[in-house]
Amino acid sequence: MDALEIARWQFGITTVYHFMMVPLTIGLGLVVAILQTVWHRTGKVEFLRMTKFWGKLFLINFIMGVATGIVQEFQFGMAWSEYSRFVGDVFGAPLAMEALLAFFVESTFLGLWIFGWKQLRPGLHLTALWCAVIGSVVSAYFIIVANSWMQHPVGVTVVDGRPVMTDAWAVFTNNTALVAFPHTVMGALGVAGAFLLGIAWYHLWQRRHDGIDTVAVVDGTAKRGKARGKERVVVGEAPGVPGRDRTDHAVWLKSLRIGAVVAMISFAGTAITGDLQGKLMFEQQPMKMAAAEAACHDGTGFSILSVGNVGSRNCDDVVAVMEVPGLLSFLAKGDFTTEVKGVNTLIPEYEQAYGTNLPDNPLYGDRAGRDVQYVPVMEVTYWGFRAMIGFGGLAAAAAAVALWLTRKGTVPQSRWLMRLAVVGILAPFGANAAGWIFTEMGRQPFVVAPNPAMAGSVDQVFMFTAAAVSPGVSAGEILTSLIVLTLIYAALMVVEVRLLWTYTRGGVASAMPELAHGADHEKHDDESHPGGKAADDVLAFAY
Amino acid sequence: METLPTVWFCAVAVLWVGYLFLEGFDLGVGMHMKLFARGEAERRVLLNTIGPVWDGNEVWLLTAGGATFAAFPLWYASLFSALYLPLTLALVALIFRAVAIEYRGKVHSDRWRSAWDWALALGSGVAAFCVGAMLALTTTGLPLNANGDRVGGPFAWLNGYALLGGAAVVGFALVHGLAFLALKTDGGIRARAHAAFVRWLPLAILPLVAWVLAVQLRTGEWWSWALTAVAAAAALVAWALGRAGSEGRAFIALSAFLAMGAAAIFSAVYPVVLPSTLDSAYSLTVTSASSSDYTLGLMTVVALIGLPLVLAYQTWTYWVFRRRLSVGSIPTAHSVIPATVSRLVTGQPAGK
Ligand code: HDD
Ligand code: HEM
Ligand code: HEM
Repeated sequence: MDALEIARWQFGITTVYHFMMVPLTIGLGLVVAILQTVWHRTGKVEFLRMTKFWGKLFLINFIMGVATGIVQEFQFGMAWSEYSRFVGDVFGAPLAMEALLAFFVESTFLGLWIFGWKQLRPGLHLTALWCAVIGSVVSAYFIIVANSWMQHPVGVTVVDGRPVMTDAWAVFTNNTALVAFPHTVMGALGVAGAFLLGIAWYHLWQRRHDGIDTVAVVDGTAKRGKARGKERVVVGEAPGVPGRDRTDHAVWLKSLRIGAVVAMISFAGTAITGDLQGKLMFEQQPMKMAAAEAACHDGTGFSILSVGNVGSRNCDDVVAVMEVPGLLSFLAKGDFTTEVKGVNTLIPEYEQAYGTNLPDNPLYGDRAGRDVQYVPVMEVTYWGFRAMIGFGGLAAAAAAVALWLTRKGTVPQSRWLMRLAVVGILAPFGANAAGWIFTEMGRQPFVVAPNPAMAGSVDQVFMFTAAAVSPGVSAGEILTSLIVLTLIYAALMVVEVRLLWTYTRGGVASAMPELAHGADHEKHDDESHPGGKAADDVLAFAY
Repeated sequence: METLPTVWFCAVAVLWVGYLFLEGFDLGVGMHMKLFARGEAERRVLLNTIGPVWDGNEVWLLTAGGATFAAFPLWYASLFSALYLPLTLALVALIFRAVAIEYRGKVHSDRWRSAWDWALALGSGVAAFCVGAMLALTTTGLPLNANGDRVGGPFAWLNGYALLGGAAVVGFALVHGLAFLALKTDGGIRARAHAAFVRWLPLAILPLVAWVLAVQLRTGEWWSWALTAVAAAAALVAWALGRAGSEGRAFIALSAFLAMGAAAIFSAVYPVVLPSTLDSAYSLTVTSASSSDYTLGLMTVVALIGLPLVLAYQTWTYWVFRRRLSVGSIPTAHSVIPATVSRLVTGQPAGK
């Protein structure tokens, strides 16, 4: 493998990994902020417990997002120096702004939130969390602006062969970014929704399993000839188990319902914004759209299933066996009749516009003069697109079922269903990863995708991925970091998941030790006076 | 024409100094988890002194990197790609450090905590060393060709300056961390930290002094020599104040030493941002490496709005958490027990 190939793997692996943490941070952060707001407004103790418990898991995950994000920031210069030189004038700005305007806010105020439980007035403490959460969302906006510019370059002119920013407003209001940003935030909410749903389900199930909650038939108010009365949960408590009191039931039931609703909203949101993205993609990156469909010939149908070798770039191998007529046109254009260009039509168009071979430029090293393959790996784009939608839809459908199954106030006793709910946490993660892999690999062979000639579009700004990699860095160096980082990431993933699981199993008491060890914590954590200041109230110690 | 690139050269220098000043003591405290702290309670005190602020401090590094990318893409590209391996090492160190701080207290077992203590101490030391090496090399040069790419293989950067810069930041962080601990703790830790600060200061800042002098000897001008003199004076003052028992003022004087030393270095190398040791014609300068005036202007506006805000709320954070910590204020640690009845029945002991 040459340096380019390795660098692509290394970027893909580290970024997809980073984006395992990020959506949970964004989504769960928003949820925790809302929970604490409700607690602040109503004073209901179950919301304090929810804030503390979900906040703990949020923090365990957050740190991994930070640790892996630093890698991202440095990688452009390290492995993609030619890319950094080429796009620096436009691309560096959103990255720097992300750090200056978002990361500072996020990290500083999160520190205040974690350690400030007793140090700040309750209102101020809540504000700190909101600042941190808004910081995460703003950071997503800036990085999406950067990414969207690679998908659809705007606001530049070419000077000495390089794009130079001429219109910052155009860059920061790039229509690609304006739809990708809400789409991504919605996708992040889906992750949080399934996370709440799965874990809350586990706890409700555990309560039933332990015989704390039971389901009983409640008296004879049953009318309309129903023989059985209404089934209702009878909430109990287990005094010996820290935190397993009556409030605990409300914690999990409310968490479950909030999670389910969030997951459903998220899917609706991703579907609406995703549809807008599809329409833009049809204009801006027609080849990606065709590859998402494995559509060789012009047509209107959306393929549900295509057989043959989708991965082969020879289109005649692919046969669509199930198609929804008109749907593709609807996705792309909003009607049922517009023909969407297929791969076979597009190849000659791209070849004519951008050449059949890589330029004979020393930048391309050994790759100079090679054929350019304009069709992305269709196996990935086709299945990536379907996996994204499929996993998202699955999570939303499961959320609806969960709401129905828990209408009595608790979950069924089935261990199998509980496991399904926990494993289901992975679905939106899968959807997010698939979405990015599709977006990024569908853009190949370009790292900066050219705009098709359209009125008002920036012309002739594009870059082949083959030209982007650092010319001075050897394959061995990149391979070293690929191996090292992948191994470390894998190990840390195990650690993170185990910690999340440990704290999950501990229930609320894992995040509020005062529930278990009341006496020696009285002075430190007084549920009712979080703003009160004892003499030794220095920090809400986290370590 | 040259104004904006010069302004941004200063801004990048300020960001690096901000990073070294703030994360300097984090990194120092991190290393002292193994070098200085005695026993579990002291380690937890150390960790909690930086707990609320370390992540905010680390963002100075990201901002310095991001600002370099935005304002001087060619500098960013050449420097970062030339130092591929040491920066990979820095990233690994920073990953372990960040995760160690957050995960150390999450499991109640001595082996777990001890492993993360090592990760934190080594991660802090290695990160400090690599960043220092990178900064030294950008002031003394790398073997770059006309395109700005490194020639000579993966280790072409390895020279005495790299080691000197690495030692300089490690040494500075060690004493800066002690000075910070003397300000943030009470009781035995405070006294010991202060005593160690006074004892080690002269030795620990030597490499930084040597780096400043090396740069002056290469490209110094009268004004950068003047700054060097001020830096030297600040170092002496820091030591004298330390001996006189003045913790706060010694900390400020040491910080002034850092700022003046960095100013001396950056003003001596200006207008070169990254010299090529192969041919000075290949060296990157503030003008040849910079973005367009439009981008720099945009970034200037953003920085003028953003940076004062950052300084304001970060300063406020330090005010909120101004109280000193001591061993006595640390609550007891508990292990996390599964909230199940069956565990209760099988007699899993509460709190290991
Ligand atoms: C839970 C996550 C999730 C879910 C359920 C969906 N997506 Fe998505 N999608 C993403 C998560 C995501 C993402 C990870 O956030 C991406 C990657 C890049 C981006 O901007 O968002 C993405 C990209 C992305 C793109 C690529 C844009 C481009 O490359 O220019 C399109 C066309 C869609 N999505 C369309 C949809 C549609 C029609 C959905 C219908 C339900 C959908 N997505 C559900
Ligand atoms: C966090 C979400 C992201 C994910 C999951 C992601 C995923 C990927 C993947 C899988 C690749 C490899 C593609 C291939 O080898 O064919 C890739 C490439 C790349 N992406 Fe992204 N990406 C993300 C965001 C971004 C952003 C925000 C940027 C820029 C700011 C970016 C810039 C790049 C670059 C420079 C490459 C290397 C060139 C290439 O192989 O295409 N990515 N990314
Ligand atoms: C490849 C491009 C990317 C780069 C260079 C990058 C950079 C970073 C950095 C440096 C951090 C650590 C910040 C800290 O120390 O606090 C971080 C965390 C974060 N990133 Fe990324 N990132 C990338 C992709 C993305 C994408 C696509 C999103 C969102 C859609 C995103 C959203 C976030 C958020 C919300 C955080 C803070 C929360 C957390 O740490 O988990 N990032 N990123």
